[in-house]
Amino acid sequence: NPYAGLVTHLRASWLSGKTRPMEYRMAQLEALGRFLDEKKQEILEATAADMGKPLFEVELSELLLCKNELHETLNNLSQWMKDKQVDKPLATRLDSAFIRKEPYGVVLIIAPWNYPIYLFMGPLIGAIAAGNCVIIKPSEVSKNTERLVAEALPCYLDQDCFAVVTGGVQETTRLLENKFDYIFYTGSPSVGRIVMTAAAKHLTPVTLELGGKNPCYVSDTCDVPNVARRVVWGRFFNAGQTCIAPDYLLCTLEMQKKLLPALHEAITEFYGPNPQESPDFGRIVGDKQFQRVKRLLCSGRVAIGGQTDEAERYIAPTVLVEVQPSDPVMQEEIFGPILPIVVVANMDEAIDFINSRERPLAIYAFSSNDKVVNEVLERTSSGGFCGNDTLMHVTLTSLPFGGIGNSGLGKYHGKFTFDTFSHRRGCLMRGMGRETLNAPRYPPYSQKKFGIVQATSKVTRKDDCILL
Amino acid sequence: MERMQQVVGRARAAFNSGRSRPLEFRIQQLKALERMVQEKEKEILAALHADLHKVGGGPNAYSHEILGVLAELALMKEKLPSWAAPQHVKKNLMTMRDEAYIGYEPLGVVLVIGAWNYPFVLVMQPLIGAIAAGNAVVVKPSEVSENTAQLVAELLPQYLDRELYPVVTGGVPETTELLAQRFDHILYTGNTAVGKIVMAAAAKHLTPVTLELGGKSPCYIDKDCDLAVACRRITWGKYMNCGQTCIAPDYILCDPSIQGKVVENIKATLQEFYGEDVKSSPDYERIINKRHFKRVLGLLEGQKIAHGGEADEASCFIAPTILTDVSPESKVMEEEIFGPVLPIVPVKSVEEAIEFINHREKPLALYVFSNNKQLIKRVISQTSSGGVTGNDVIMHFFLSTLPFGGVGHSGMGAYHGKHSFETFSHRRACLIKDLKMESTNKMRYPPVSQKKV
Repeated sequence: NPYAGLVTHLRASWLSGKTRPMEYRMAQLEALGRFLDEKKQEILEATAADMGKPLFEVELSELLLCKNELHETLNNLSQWMKDKQVDKPLATRLDSAFIRKEPYGVVLIIAPWNYPIYLFMGPLIGAIAAGNCVIIKPSEVSKNTERLVAEALPCYLDQDCFAVVTGGVQETTRLLENKFDYIFYTGSPSVGRIVMTAAAKHLTPVTLELGGKNPCYVSDTCDVPNVARRVVWGRFFNAGQTCIAPDYLLCTLEMQKKLLPALHEAITEFYGPNPQESPDFGRIVGDKQFQRVKRLLCSGRVAIGGQTDEAERYIAPTVLVEVQPSDPVMQEEIFGPILPIVVVANMDEAIDFINSRERPLAIYAFSSNDKVVNEVLERTSSGGFCGNDTLMHVTLTSLPFGGIGNSGLGKYHGKFTFDTFSHRRGCLMRGMGRETLNAPRYPPYSQKKFGIVQATSKVTRKDDCILL
Repeated sequence: MERMQQVVGRARAAFNSGRSRPLEFRIQQLKALERMVQEKEKEILAALHADLHKVGGGPNAYSHEILGVLAELALMKEKLPSWAAPQHVKKNLMTMRDEAYIGYEPLGVVLVIGAWNYPFVLVMQPLIGAIAAGNAVVVKPSEVSENTAQLVAELLPQYLDRELYPVVTGGVPETTELLAQRFDHILYTGNTAVGKIVMAAAAKHLTPVTLELGGKSPCYIDKDCDLAVACRRITWGKYMNCGQTCIAPDYILCDPSIQGKVVENIKATLQEFYGEDVKSSPDYERIINKRHFKRVLGLLEGQKIAHGGEADEASCFIAPTILTDVSPESKVMEEEIFGPVLPIVPVKSVEEAIEFINHREKPLALYVFSNNKQLIKRVISQTSSGGVTGNDVIMHFFLSTLPFGGVGHSGMGAYHGKHSFETFSHRRACLIKDLKMESTNKMRYPPVSQKKV
């Protein structure tokens, strides 16, 4: 077991208790802030090398979102760490009852390649805030960022308590043989199953942030140009390599006719007549992924885009029409800059289509009619939902971020991350005195004793009169 | 395979119909459960008595099993509308004009696997939470407490929607078949070994789990405490249900100088509780079956028995027993006892006690008795466990505002009260924007200038 030594070392640090004081946690978090500031240039270069990530996107989705999480956590940590006092019924009114938030111990964070900084940093902030020791396993696919994180990050953190492990499938498999006290995984459902199965051997709790095909329903009554811009922005951000990107569009044939020119307009407005030359459009992360996404282009008919350039791993912002549910592009999460449009007769058919498939990470619905948006929301199930826009729900740290069913289990962001990495320990403190109050519960049992127990500990309906 | 697939398939179809979602429906089902518990009280107590020799007509089984269920039902009915309401959240500048909230939604089809030691409450309490959250629920009571299992299988269909809340009975083969089906949450109460099996089965479907397991819950008695009171409380928690309680104080840690007094006090309390002849006390239960009887009796081998040790296989009776000077390496210190045997392990200091506890798997409960509040705080801060009661035992279980669950080998997730409702709900993040106000969005669109950044 090549990682046994590392895990043992971290566990010893954990048992020493050094990660528990608030000051220690704040100091490590401040150091993360310095990493983001001092290594900004390196982050820009690494993510550009890995997937041609445009400057603006790095600033917004890798740096700003991390900083938001960091500030939210630093601002609120002392509050979050406090014991939460809870209500007590009559029998224990004289005692003290609270929920204590405790770290789990040694936690493992496995991050993906598409937002290689944000998707390890977000969980890491919460894990440190909650007082744990952490092993970070960045993705080997975004190899430049992996190298940066492995070389630079440890210099900012206490290396007795935090470590970065690199490697591919084999290394991750060996790593998962060890006992962790929590595992946080972001990636695909198939690997999610593998992670959870490995975790089951040690009864390790997990959070799995997975994926799926996020449907985007566009009703017949809407402001077409605005819809087109919002959809294009969400779909082609990071060249489509976003777990909450609108994966496919559902609309009527009439709406499709109006949408196509609007989509084309928006794409041109954003990326110019030749997106390959735009500094604001990214690239596919690797050759394997490029080939996979390229193969999906043969589904339906290309209405917009469709151009590719293997040398650059460039795939143009593409819209497909005449797509059948059985086409390859509808069989897997696209994770690329392709937007298939599936024509439906009406909203009911769209909802049925969505409900006959695995529950996605996000559902989007566009309509100027509130009722339509609400109906799609109420009659479907997904990790999260955004009406009349794409992606934006993820920017609010007050909203929990996570999936359901195949798209994942657990949630995080903001305080939810702190909660994810904390064990909530129910504590009741009683006094040694007033033993007579306990007498009714002891044997030998009697109906009279029981009457007292019942009266003093039951929860009554508001309108019941206790005296009766 | 057919039968389980059908049962779960029907529950899923019933859930998909949407009828378990309206609050009125959920409350109606909860009211029906309440009627069931009230109308069938005699039958329920009789089943509990048959399974565990729990006092039929008296308060013991009633207070431990039925009272808890009625309290939970009352709480759910009262609070459900407020718990199920969307929770509006803090917004930022960019979303100032939007609606942002967390919606509470059912997960789908939930599986509840009960245990045999409190066979009624351990299926009912999860069931109540799962119904309140709007799910369909498949209930699998423990086959070991067969009378209660049979009764639950007969009663639930008489009071509840039959398709949404089926009861499945059977042993290991049936449960294995059941676990091959796809659920949207599984709550399992039982032991660590089977907990791993349940989680591994759940992993195949990416099903979230709540595992209420066990372990050895330590009980530290400080020299500075009222021993009479401490020992009475410990005796109550240890020997109730004949020691077959997941949060019973499993073993005692104390200074050797007070070991003798601890034994004396417990003996005196046992006399007070059960009289001269424990076997004839109507308030003392029995071991569930011969297998566990033999297992618990086997733990006494080679031990110093300070009190008790009498046993009668025919009735699965084991007297309340105390062992002294127990070695940490002995068999009785290896597994969760789950019987009326109380080992005392001498430790020379609270530091030694803390180290002892921390070198073992994290327990479901931890108990510490002391007049010194600082000492209690220290023990809690330097250890980990599912829950804690200071200066008493068991009682944190009865406070539904506290989450009840384990950590590490004692489990994951929690329930009771609002924690049940949240465990069985999906918290869906919702952001509803306007199609107008496009100008604010233009900031984020390409082409990008430094100003936009």
